Amino acid sequence: MNFGDLDLNTVWFILIGVLFTGYAMLDGFDLGVGALHLFTRTDEERRIMLNAIGPVWDGNEVWLVTGGGALFAAFPEVYATVFSGFYLAFVLLLVALIFRAVAIEFRSKQPMRWWRRMWDVGFSAGSVLSSFLIGVAMGNIAWGMPLDERHEFSGTFLGLLHPYALLLGVTTVALFMMHGAIYTAMKTEGDLQERVRGWINNCIIFFIICYAVTTMATLLYVPHMAARLRANPWLFSIALLNMLAIANIPREIHHRREGRAFLSSCVAMIALMGLFGLEMYPNLVLSHPFPEHSLNIVNAASSPRTLGIMLTIALIGVPIVLAYTVSIYWIFRGKVKLDRMSY
Amino acid sequence: MDALLLSRIQFAFTTAVHYIYPPLSIGLGVMLVLIEGMWLKTGNPLYHQMARFWTKVFALTFAIGVATGIVLEFEFGTNWSTYSRYVGDVFGSALAAEGIFAFFLESGFLAILLFGWDKVGRKMHFFATCMVCLGAHFSAIWIIVANSWMQTPAGFHIAGEGLAARAEITDFWAMVFNPSSVDRLFHTLCGAWQAGAFLVVSVSAWYLLKRRHEEFAQASLRLGLIVGLIAAGLQVVSGHQSAVGVAANQPAKLAAFEGRYTTRTNAPLALFGWVDEEAQAVRYSVELPGMLSWLVHGDTAGEVRGLEAFPPEDRPPVNVNFQLFHLMVGIGFALLGLSLVSTFHLWRGTLLRKRWLLGLLVLAVLGPQIANQAGWFAAEIGRQPWIVYGLLRTSEGLSKVVQAEMIVGSLILFGFVYLLLFAVFIYLLNDKIQHGPDAADLQPSGKLALPFGDRS
Repeated sequence: MNFGDLDLNTVWFILIGVLFTGYAMLDGFDLGVGALHLFTRTDEERRIMLNAIGPVWDGNEVWLVTGGGALFAAFPEVYATVFSGFYLAFVLLLVALIFRAVAIEFRSKQPMRWWRRMWDVGFSAGSVLSSFLIGVAMGNIAWGMPLDERHEFSGTFLGLLHPYALLLGVTTVALFMMHGAIYTAMKTEGDLQERVRGWINNCIIFFIICYAVTTMATLLYVPHMAARLRANPWLFSIALLNMLAIANIPREIHHRREGRAFLSSCVAMIALMGLFGLEMYPNLVLSHPFPEHSLNIVNAASSPRTLGIMLTIALIGVPIVLAYTVSIYWIFRGKVKLDRMSY
Repeated sequence: MDALLLSRIQFAFTTAVHYIYPPLSIGLGVMLVLIEGMWLKTGNPLYHQMARFWTKVFALTFAIGVATGIVLEFEFGTNWSTYSRYVGDVFGSALAAEGIFAFFLESGFLAILLFGWDKVGRKMHFFATCMVCLGAHFSAIWIIVANSWMQTPAGFHIAGEGLAARAEITDFWAMVFNPSSVDRLFHTLCGAWQAGAFLVVSVSAWYLLKRRHEEFAQASLRLGLIVGLIAAGLQVVSGHQSAVGVAANQPAKLAAFEGRYTTRTNAPLALFGWVDEEAQAVRYSVELPGMLSWLVHGDTAGEVRGLEAFPPEDRPPVNVNFQLFHLMVGIGFALLGLSLVSTFHLWRGTLLRKRWLLGLLVLAVLGPQIANQAGWFAAEIGRQPWIVYGLLRTSEGLSKVVQAEMIVGSLILFGFVYLLLFAVFIYLLNDKIQHGPDAADLQPSGKLALPFGDRS
């Protein structure tokens, strides 16, 4: 199959990007809700928070699992290098995601205070840690990891925690908190919603500060992540779109149009991931200090035949997935009402 | 301990704990489809009550299955990255297909199954339950395809040389339908159906012994026992087919299962025993002469290859495999016998008076669990020393950059978390069982309470 000038490897670069962007947009608000969970006051409010994401978080996490599987199939060298290189970070991420998942399921199954508090903390800590580690991984991929000529990671765990990566970790937490707060405002009403609206403003301020610092740090210390933007000024339109989308959020919130605010937040995420992808392309993992050892869409890819087969699978599967994802969000639209089946 | 052993222990541990849950989800999924189907057909509110109760149990197993399963998806990369580089082109496709075709389907419709009771009509809810069940089966298909390719690789060629060599797909469908995938899928699914059915049977039998929720328990027991009996019967067929396949495709594995060292015709079948690996003989065993040859070839004159046909470095561990395999087979036949006797008494209407039989049925929930674990361990240990049979050794698949100390750390962490999850699972499951079905569920609410055809 051929898309004009696009070769299969580029198509898969884009598809992987789409899967991880889908993950950020969808599970991003679940993780954000988790990060905000402990700011609520009463047990009922916490249940509302959990049930706001109750029917959908599991499906949202599948975007990550499928993204991981697609990365394994399309770019096995990236999957192998990053996952073994980030060993301890990924183990922590997995444990965090486990706690996030089971806490949602377990929390409201028992009435005891200590039980609910334990899983509340597990849910919140798991969500914050997951978001942070995802950001740290992105930071390392952009900054460059020490890779040898066999594409094996040659650094240390602590080496992965350099300031730029930590900065991206915090920025990701801020982004997801903002996204999650907007989602919560969509799903709640009354007193709780009023307070959530206050959180949204704080989250936006938190995110914009992080975003500004990240942008400056990128321009100053990671110039290769801005090179394509400088060479092609029209790409600034994407950066502009991103800023307009973020600026639109407080406006929509002010007019009590939470749905539109949520869409703006999604557009901002797509623009951010788009910029990230454009600057990375054709590399998937940058090597630092030996750029020639970087993993790119050619040296990390599976065979053209496999990429073709996988594309067929994606073209059959993705429309079906989108169809019932939309249906399920439609069925569970509207404000959260607690009932017997709720968490 | 070195990184190889630690990585193997970690993978075995995380897989074994995970594998408690997916078979339950698959088997309970089938039970839920049957129960809701009966409700749609008869309109008897008892089936609605059953669907509600078993859905709650299903939700519990599903949540832990998802949480423990995500680890496995990433563990190939973290601990077995050399293997991942070698097989990604082939093996990765199956995992990605599992995500797209199975996980999205399962998790999407799970929302309706769990939370949609009052939001959608009966038929839509039944449809969602069917889709969750189908998704669980799709997941089994793709993961068994991936694992079977490691057992009997097909539809690929080796590209590149030396350290850069890797397997690449040449024929996708030959990879999917590799020589062992259909047999092993059927075998695994029969085990999963038994796991779900015998959980239902066990809980129901316990209620009957305690004289609680008797109407509910009788209806559940009947349905569970029928599914359990059918699955146990099919399991004998699928087990036989799998063993014939192993004899043809992985003769060293079959030889280890049976403790056969010498290649011979008229090979006997050991019912039990203890393999003395030093002396290369099976001790304390009762053997049926010629039976193994007959089972494999349909003819006692058929030749069965022994371990002597393989160099020592290509042989799997023998006694461990022998014991695991015989444990699995023994439990399989015991479950078949138990289902036959129980179904007979159910048909005669005498089951409720046979308290010893109800007691056995309460314990029967452990049968499929132990057999599934033993079977999975036998399949994987029997593949040793290969990670991909005949192509790549397990010792060659490790991540080169991961140190033993790091694996000790992750193993302790996973060990702690998984044991905690298991304890909470047992605690909540017990709590659910003690609480029993809700009397209020005999009265469907919301849209479900509407008569058929009325969608307003």
